[in-house]
Amino acid sequence: MRALEPYLPLLLRGIPVTLEVTALAICLAVAAAFALALGRLSPWAPARWGAGAVVETFRGTSALVQLFWAFYVLPFFGVKLPPLTAAVLVLGLNEGSYFSEVVRSALTSIRTGQLEAAVALHLPARYRFFRIVLPQVLPVMMPPFGNSVVGMLKFTSLVSLVTVQDLSFRAGAIRSAIGSSAATYSVTLLVYFGLAIILGGGVRLLERAVNRWAGRDAHAAAGAAGARASTVPAWAVLAR
Amino acid sequence: MTGLRWDWATAWAVLPDLLRGLSLTVEATVAGSIIALFLGLCWTIVRVGRIPVVSPAVQLLVEFLRGTPFLVQLYFLFYVLPTYGLTLPALQTGALGLGLYYSAYTSEVFRAGIEAVPAGQWESCLTLGLPLWRVWAGIVLPQAMRIAVPMLGNYVIVMFKETALLSTITVMELTAQATNAGFRTFRFVEPLTLVGLLYFLLSYPAARLVHALEHRGAVQH
Repeated sequence: MRALEPYLPLLLRGIPVTLEVTALAICLAVAAAFALALGRLSPWAPARWGAGAVVETFRGTSALVQLFWAFYVLPFFGVKLPPLTAAVLVLGLNEGSYFSEVVRSALTSIRTGQLEAAVALHLPARYRFFRIVLPQVLPVMMPPFGNSVVGMLKFTSLVSLVTVQDLSFRAGAIRSAIGSSAATYSVTLLVYFGLAIILGGGVRLLERAVNRWAGRDAHAAAGAAGARASTVPAWAVLAR
Repeated sequence: MTGLRWDWATAWAVLPDLLRGLSLTVEATVAGSIIALFLGLCWTIVRVGRIPVVSPAVQLLVEFLRGTPFLVQLYFLFYVLPTYGLTLPALQTGALGLGLYYSAYTSEVFRAGIEAVPAGQWESCLTLGLPLWRVWAGIVLPQAMRIAVPMLGNYVIVMFKETALLSTITVMELTAQATNAGFRTFRFVEPLTLVGLLYFLLSYPAARLVHALEHRGAVQH
C-alpha cells in the first residue's frame, strides 16, 4: 500500500477517462438502440434485414474480437480510427445491439388500437410519438437502462487493451512499475465499485424524474422496481 | 494496400491454430459455467436463508462482483493469488474468474425464479401443513427452475463470448490464437474475421435453442 501511494494520483487520473468513454458510448448505444429497433420494426424489408444483421453480428461475437477488429483490421481497409473513437464505436454499437431488443419490446407493447385511435382523432405524428408512445415506453425502459449504464462502466475496462489510458490501463502500468499487484488491483476494484454505486444512484434519480414526467405513480413504480424484500416467508427458511 | 485482399492461403494456414484455441475456449466455458451455477446456487441459498451477518456479507459480495469489471477481477486473481502462495495454471485461474464473476448473475436468476412463486402458494403450503422439504422440492424449486433454465442458458452463451478476455492472462484460447497469428503473419484480416465467424457459428444456434426453450416453457406454464 505504501509503495502505491505516490502513484495514486496517476491511477485516479484514469477516472475521467473511464467516465468519458462510458458517457460517449452510452449515448451512442441509446441512439443505435432506437435506430436499430425502429429498423427492425420498419415496413421496409431491407431496413429490417440490415438492422437484424447488425444486431445479430454484434450479439453473436465477442466484444473483444470486435474491438480488435476495429483496431487491427479496419486500418487495412484504409480506415484509421484513433483508439478512443474505435473503442467508443464498438462499445456503443455492441451495447446498442443488446439494448435495441429492450426498445423493440417496449415499442411493440403499445397496443395498435391506441395508435389507431390517435390517428382517428387526427393527432399529428409528433404529438402521437411524444405524448402517447414515449410516456408509456420510457418508464419501462429505465430499469434495463440502469443495468446498461453500470454494465457500460465495467465494459469500458476493455479499452485498456487498445491503449486507451483508462483506470484499468493505468492499473496495469502501475502494477508492472511497482510490482505490488494486491494493493493496485484492490484500489482499482474499489474505485470501479464506487463509480458503479454513484452511477446506479444517478440513474435511479433519472428514473424517478422520467416517471414523474410520464405521469406515473411514483409509489407504484418504486414498488415494481425496488421489490427488494424477499417474498419467501420466514417459516420456510428457518429451522423449526 | 496489400492487406485489402482476403488471402485464402493465410486463412487456411491459421485455421488449425484457431481450432485448437476454440477447444480451450469451450473448456473454459464449461468449467466456468459449472463454477458459476454451483456458486450462484450457494449465494442464493445463503441470501434467501437470512442468516445473520453471513447473508448480508454474501449480498455485499454479489453486489461487488456485479459492480466491478470482469477484466480487473481476472487480473486480480492472476497476479494476486500467487503472492498468497496459490499458483494455479492460467486456464484454471480464468475459469475460476469467469465462474466467480457470473455466479453473481446466476444467483440473481435463481433468486428471481424463487421470488416469482406467488405468495398464495406459500400460504397454501402452510395451510396444508406440508413438510418443509416438500414445499421446496415439490412446489417452489420446480417452478423456479422452469423460469431459471432459459436465463441460465443465456448466461452460458454470454460466458462463451466473454472467455475472449482470458487471452489477457495468457490463456491461449481462440482470441489469443488469432492475435498471435496476426502478429506472426502481419495479417489481421483473416484470423480476426475467422475468429468472429467461429464465435458466431457456435453462439447463434445456441441462442436460437435457448429462445425456443423459453417459448416452450412459456406455453406449458
